Amino acid sequence: MEKRAVFRSGWVPLAFALPQLVLILLFFYWPVAAVVDWAFTLEPPFGGPAAFVGFANFRDAFADPFYWDSVLVSLVFATVGALSAILIGLVLALAVDRHLPGTGLFRVIYILPFAVAGPAAGMAFRFILAPERGLAASLNALWPDVWNPAKYGDHALVLIIIIFVWKWSGYTFIFLLAGLQSVPRSLSEAAAMDGAGPFRRAVDVQIPLLAPTLFFLLVTMMTEGFVGSDTFGIVHAVTAGGPNRATELMVFRIVDEAFHGLNYSGASAQSIILIGLIMIFTFIQFRFIEKRVHYK
Amino acid sequence: MKRIVVKTLLAGLLAATALGASPALADKTRFEFWYGFTGDLSDRLQDACKKFNEHQTDFEIACISQNSYEETLQNTIAAYRAKKQPAIAQIYDAGTLDMMLSKAFIPAKALMADNGYTIDWGNYFPGIANYYATAAGELQSFPFNSSTAMFYYNIDAFQKAGITFKPDTWEKVEEAGLKLKAAGYECPFGFNFDPWQMLEQFSAVHDQPIATPANGYKGLDAELVFNKTKFVDMVKFIKKMQDEKVAVTKTKQLGMDIDTAFSSQTCQMIMTSIAGHGTIGKTIAPGTHWDVAMLPVFEGTERHKSLVGGASLWVMAGRPAAEYKGAAAFLNFIAQPDMAQWWSTVTGYIPVTKTGFEAMKKNGFYDKAPYKGRERAIESLTFTPPSDNTRGIRLGSYTQIRKEVSTALEAIFMQNADVQTQLDQAAERGNAILRRFEKTYAGQTLN
Repeated sequence: MEKRAVFRSGWVPLAFALPQLVLILLFFYWPVAAVVDWAFTLEPPFGGPAAFVGFANFRDAFADPFYWDSVLVSLVFATVGALSAILIGLVLALAVDRHLPGTGLFRVIYILPFAVAGPAAGMAFRFILAPERGLAASLNALWPDVWNPAKYGDHALVLIIIIFVWKWSGYTFIFLLAGLQSVPRSLSEAAAMDGAGPFRRAVDVQIPLLAPTLFFLLVTMMTEGFVGSDTFGIVHAVTAGGPNRATELMVFRIVDEAFHGLNYSGASAQSIILIGLIMIFTFIQFRFIEKRVHYK
Repeated sequence: MKRIVVKTLLAGLLAATALGASPALADKTRFEFWYGFTGDLSDRLQDACKKFNEHQTDFEIACISQNSYEETLQNTIAAYRAKKQPAIAQIYDAGTLDMMLSKAFIPAKALMADNGYTIDWGNYFPGIANYYATAAGELQSFPFNSSTAMFYYNIDAFQKAGITFKPDTWEKVEEAGLKLKAAGYECPFGFNFDPWQMLEQFSAVHDQPIATPANGYKGLDAELVFNKTKFVDMVKFIKKMQDEKVAVTKTKQLGMDIDTAFSSQTCQMIMTSIAGHGTIGKTIAPGTHWDVAMLPVFEGTERHKSLVGGASLWVMAGRPAAEYKGAAAFLNFIAQPDMAQWWSTVTGYIPVTKTGFEAMKKNGFYDKAPYKGRERAIESLTFTPPSDNTRGIRLGSYTQIRKEVSTALEAIFMQNADVQTQLDQAAERGNAILRRFEKTYAGQTLN
């Protein structure tokens, strides 16, 4: 028998929903409204009258060649970071799914990095991979300047991608492992009977069935790479956007502009551009990739 | 079961009421002071707050660290917008103009006069006070932890390299550096991209403008000009020293900042704040001979005073009147000569008043080994009367302008970019920031 509460008047359900609605309004729509307001004005840091400037803040952002660099760097970071984190998570998940001895332990080990806060991980890696000390120093002693993220922009970008991937592989791993474990064993067994090795079984049976999980991870990881608080934390702790702006991701620029430069208006305009960009990406992903994902 | 819970609650409530009614707590006015120190400096400031709370019965100050200068400014702004601002906020030098135009504070002089304190404002070193005063000389905030940049050098290394002169000009720094290098030292002169030492302090001691008019003191229409001054020569000079492997970059991205590079004796000469004097003294190997000197100047240049750095204390508007009594009492308390001397001893910051400095000089503070040399910071700050170029820097969104400069320096020293091109670009981008600031405060004038 189905249990169902019937409310005759409209206000009772509304009253139940009210606390949630208030919270959403307060913590989501209100700040967003403020961002939209600031994006079209010149907001003084301490408040007070702000002049309306139309699209000037957007024009300023677009007119800055370094802004476009940050768009490009963000794209590279999010794409490479997301794909690598998913790939490594997948390899680890396939390995652990084999039920070899000690998988329980590995499951814990692989998920652990996710529990480390981004800036903390960044700090640790900054020391581990500092060019003049740590592991890299011995490499540099053999081949001078083979690794120097304080000097070369691409090295710095690789460095922050490594930290991002290190941290988020555990997250993708957990999702993919759960996904793998819901793939009926009979399918793999049948494939094995037909003579498919572990690699064939993974590529032809398991991964296609993981497509919904992979798609979900692609969207969330890309978004994380673009706007995640970890992304900002890592850049802030490791490279501070340098050397010479090479790792100035869009989200780093926004926080930097707002809180260091006290340019709330410019940062608001850039936030809106960033949100727009993420919406476009998500749309593309749903439009073109999701078509190829088969849900059960 | 239920009864016990109710009874416990009631008892708790009664106890709370009784406590609240006790005279000791009820009469005290509590107010907050937000500051940017962490670690040792934070502990020392907490000591000061404790001393204040023990010395009187009317007020209780709650001193709360905000982790850094920048965060203190950010949090103060956020709190002010939410009407939850502290009574006192420690704001760093670069935030001075943002504060001045905010109208969110009570000027220092008015606060003290309103609360019945007579302060001899002439007692503050003009080189320090001018940074935080209006054009007419009215102090807006209280100078508190003041510093300036100094040149640190390792005497032991100098002796081993056979250097008998003092590094008081850039030419001699280079000469000493070459000798140190010949003696096997890998980092004769360590430097980073901090514009505070490289641009601001250099420009002051060489009497060069950073921006017109008068480094921003005479109007919001300021234009950056550092790309056309001796600063360009200095960057080129350090670049030349870098090519000679005399000057070596030390940044935290490379794994070691300049203060650590000096105290670990990796580098034998650095430029850093006098505020680091205490820490370096504590961390350098015991028995090491080292000293501080005023910043070098180029040969044939007349030396001018350096700029004050550090932070000042701003009293925020919009608090209940009772809190201002407390704030004034606290500011008066920490300005007393014995407190000023204590603060200067346990930190490295310099005394901000003439009487404080004289008292410390008289009781032989600067003759004792760990503090020797700190008096040169005062000498540097008071070397000449303040001029348009040495008075201070009054530019809006200055943190962002500093970032443009350090990015340019990074490109020059790490990536071999062209000096003039990079500095021109930094000035151009900095000017765009200034124009935006001017528009944000359209209709307001500097006073």
